[in-house]
Amino acid sequence: MRLFGAFLGDPEEADVADVSRRDFIKVTTTIVGGIVAAGLGVPAIIYQLDPAFKAGASEGWVPVGKVADMKIGTPYPFYFTRVQVNGWERTSTGHGGFALLQSADPNDILVLNSRCTHLACTVNWDPEAQEYICPCHDAVFSKDGAVVSGPPPRPLDRYSEFRVTDGELEIFFKES
Amino acid sequence: MWSRVYTWLDERLDLRGLYKNTLDRPEPRGSWWNTLGSATLFLFIVQVLTGIFLATYYTPSPDHAYDSITYIMNDVSFGWLIRGIHHWGATLMVLLVFVHMVRVFVTASFKYPRELTWLVGFGLLLLTFAAGFTGYLLPWTQRSYWATTVGTQIAGTVPFIGPFILKVLRGGTELSALTLQRFFSAHIWMLPALITGLIVIHVYLIVKQGESYWPRRED
Repeated sequence: MRLFGAFLGDPEEADVADVSRRDFIKVTTTIVGGIVAAGLGVPAIIYQLDPAFKAGASEGWVPVGKVADMKIGTPYPFYFTRVQVNGWERTSTGHGGFALLQSADPNDILVLNSRCTHLACTVNWDPEAQEYICPCHDAVFSKDGAVVSGPPPRPLDRYSEFRVTDGELEIFFKES
Repeated sequence: MWSRVYTWLDERLDLRGLYKNTLDRPEPRGSWWNTLGSATLFLFIVQVLTGIFLATYYTPSPDHAYDSITYIMNDVSFGWLIRGIHHWGATLMVLLVFVHMVRVFVTASFKYPRELTWLVGFGLLLLTFAAGFTGYLLPWTQRSYWATTVGTQIAGTVPFIGPFILKVLRGGTELSALTLQRFFSAHIWMLPALITGLIVIHVYLIVKQGESYWPRRED
């Protein structure tokens, strides 16, 4: 403590000559070593946690079809692919859904995700039955996505964020 | 509170004695030349730490090795720093090990009773070279690929057992995914383990025997 006394001007221990060469080296080494360790340690931790700070790269608005092509009351199927970048790997995944124009108002659209809520197979629109049918486990959904029969735990997911720009329906794709 | 914890530990571990024997031991004559071994040890620890961090992203496969290095350098925060330290630390370590050896030779510190320290140190020199050689291949660039081709070819010129050594090093007759994988495992597991073991013996001998006096005119 003599050393700190000298640095802090403690009247009883203020004699600078009390700071031995050994103590000076000890304290200097500790301080410099601490600064270097922190200067490298903090970047190292950020380096390690880096992927957690990165935003999902495949989010964004996706055009899926022209409203003029959609008939009121008939589900309009659409497909699109998104490229996901994980580190240095690019994976493209296919997605699909149905846009159901419900009235003459071009914004009155129900956009369903065609991925079955049971085990993620793609459901198909059956125009005769007026139902979506999943080929995997015979799940049946009504036109607005509600479960009619079969194993699915919940109705078809909806793309709730969508907009119509210049007659083109666009949905907002999020990584789930 | 802390002093009681310390006293409890000290009674059982003899921390004071450990400190006295390693960091507070008497030096015959202080000289900066005598710090090269410690500097090398410090660099080795830095290499181990940065190497552990690099292994978080690096992938030892011909398909991914170069891409993962590029990713570390360009996309990971501070990846350039971690890899930069590992890269330059490796070069500096080879240099320091060599200068350290020259110092020991010039001051005749390898003589009785320190012959074993010298021999173990020579093993450490070879292992450091091996770590440098195996690490050089890992980025899987043209330069590292051909350097390894040439380096293993040289090892293959040994009379009689050359072709065998070549196959052992390459994991076959050609440079392949097997070569990359075995260089990787040597670089991050076998060589560091061996180096650590020899460092323990090396440092134990130094602590036990103390540092040598520098030769005087009469010697």
